[in-house]
Amino acid sequence: MSQTGFKEYQQRQERLAPGHRLCAGCGGTIAVRNVLKALRPGDKAVVGNATGCLEVSTFTYPYTSYEDSYIHSAFENAGATLSGVETAYHALKKKGKIKEEYKFITFGGDGGTYDIGFQSLSGAMERGHDMVYVCYDNGAYMNTGIQRSSATPMYADTTTTPVGSRSNGKPQGRKDLAAIMAAHHIPYVAQTTFIGNMMDLYQKSEKAIYTKGPAFLNIMAPCPRGWRYEAPDIIQICKMAVETCYWPLFEVTDGRWELSYQPKEKLPLEEFLRLQGRFRHLFLPGNEYLIEAFQAEVDRRWEELKKRCGA
Amino acid sequence: MGIKQRMSGNEAVAYAMKQINPDVMPAFPITPSTELPQFVSSYIANGEMDTEFIPVESEHSAMSAAIGAEAAGARTMTATSSAGLALMWEMLYVAASNRLPIALALVNRALSGPLNINCEHSDSMGARDSGWIQIYAEDNQEAYDNFIQAYRIAEHKDVMLPIMICQDGFIISHGVSNIELLEDEAVKAFVGEYNPKHFLLNENEPMAVGPYAVSCYGMESKRAHAQAMINAGRVILDVAAEFEKISGKKYGFFEAYRLEDAEIAIVAIGSACGTTKDAVDLLRAEGKKAGLLKVRVFRPFPGKELAGALRNCRAVAILDRCESFSANGGPLAAELSAALYQAKGQAEVLKIVYGLNGRDYTVEDARQVFADLEEIAANGNRDGQEYRYIGLRE
Repeated sequence: MSQTGFKEYQQRQERLAPGHRLCAGCGGTIAVRNVLKALRPGDKAVVGNATGCLEVSTFTYPYTSYEDSYIHSAFENAGATLSGVETAYHALKKKGKIKEEYKFITFGGDGGTYDIGFQSLSGAMERGHDMVYVCYDNGAYMNTGIQRSSATPMYADTTTTPVGSRSNGKPQGRKDLAAIMAAHHIPYVAQTTFIGNMMDLYQKSEKAIYTKGPAFLNIMAPCPRGWRYEAPDIIQICKMAVETCYWPLFEVTDGRWELSYQPKEKLPLEEFLRLQGRFRHLFLPGNEYLIEAFQAEVDRRWEELKKRCGA
Repeated sequence: MGIKQRMSGNEAVAYAMKQINPDVMPAFPITPSTELPQFVSSYIANGEMDTEFIPVESEHSAMSAAIGAEAAGARTMTATSSAGLALMWEMLYVAASNRLPIALALVNRALSGPLNINCEHSDSMGARDSGWIQIYAEDNQEAYDNFIQAYRIAEHKDVMLPIMICQDGFIISHGVSNIELLEDEAVKAFVGEYNPKHFLLNENEPMAVGPYAVSCYGMESKRAHAQAMINAGRVILDVAAEFEKISGKKYGFFEAYRLEDAEIAIVAIGSACGTTKDAVDLLRAEGKKAGLLKVRVFRPFPGKELAGALRNCRAVAILDRCESFSANGGPLAAELSAALYQAKGQAEVLKIVYGLNGRDYTVEDARQVFADLEEIAANGNRDGQEYRYIGLRE
């Protein structure tokens, strides 16, 4: 669909202005900057946001980091709030009060998307609003201090699933939100992260924004505080997430599942886990069985996804 | 100039909604307000309205979508009752603090438990500190008239606050009675176009809504909000005066019914006032100086004015269709007692809870309250019990 080249994306004006207060090495920031670069120059947008790190760090009164109109109202309702904005647009357009075209993109963390905002997201997608919901999935409630969410991977050490003498971290696996959104039979669902020159992220974002109707993007967005890594390591972590098939890249277009990338040789999960402090306990002697169990779960899900994609 | 009709309260408010024809309505069904989104959907389906209806999946999302739509620059309304308002709670504060003049048609119903669908004011009274304007109706006519006035008040530049137009569940919402409607053109001219100063979809000026504010800014935002509520008092009266010109109907903060020389009085909100008026008339026919103070506007709370209207009374019963579990009476009783004290009022006060979970309030009940007031006016409150229930099964 998109013929836009890498250079053109790179050269587009930043719509998230510098000066915000997000951490160095924050995946959420990279997600927002680059999703917004998929907007074609001159196109107007209203950006929505669930409460979270992103909101409190980019719109601290009296400063906003957004070049576009922006709305935050609460934690669990980014879907519903932007659906109201999008509906207002149609109402005002119908009455001739607005001439220009607008796009509607909202951002939520996994807490605001997988958990507390799940119903609001589902409702907005089901109603068919012409909007994009972007989840920057860092796998825990990071803003309140690294509590587990339903997106937290198994065995991760979080402040509500702490590793201890009787605990190996989070006992449950991750909810597969992208598949749940695909089950809404909306025109476009995609999963991506920060890989190489970001073309996968740009192209999926552009497709999500310019496909008519609701679209959902799930972007793995590592968090240096919660995952416990040094800022520069983020790129290697994302690469390993994809190469181990922990975080496969795929898209679902009008119900058609398609893998965006298939590693020639799937790397062992340890390559992803060992880069992060939250999994340190898995490498202690005697805990090999935990990694085996985690690997088995990743393998099972990868096979299931391949089947869906006909790969 | 009026159109004579017979309508229920819900039909009347839906008719006002049709005449105003706002841009957006997100809503979720809940008894007894369900008819409002039904009527609106039906008007839209038949081309009588061009409002965009959003069939949201919950009341939390109804208020969230209303916030998004209003912030985007659209005139927005919604409707709910009871648990629906409770589910909106968090977002009521967000709507008000973002200064979004949304109109909410509230059909008052009890909060659980026990689960009960009947009239009570516990829903709106619980939301009394959320920063919304609240106006109540005695009957279907007032519910209609109040809704027609809603946007003029809410959208006034000195106010810019959301507004709750309340009517008693079932008693008003489903009770059919005579009504005088205004012509469509008169309503359109009165309400006018909505042209907000700042909005998300302003092509010439992007804006950001809903900031995080640290302690060096947040308090000023609340103070400005408080000022808007203070300003709302004057605007409510100005709009009422203009409404009188097109309707011939007089509205203010309250209605004083045979109160000028009254020695004993009941203060109440909503449909109970009609019942009380009948009791007042019966007592007056017996030569007793009884009166009624009907509170129309609860937010902003016109404490001084209400206390002033009661200045000649010797004993006053303040009725709440709501329990606030303070062990000291309901919210109207608490706020009005404080206002009477400030006004150095001399009247003895009874704080009465009535009508919970849809319990009937009858002319006999009102007469019993007046009898108690007579006794207190003559001999003082001898059993010392200010906080009482009426209509309770023995």
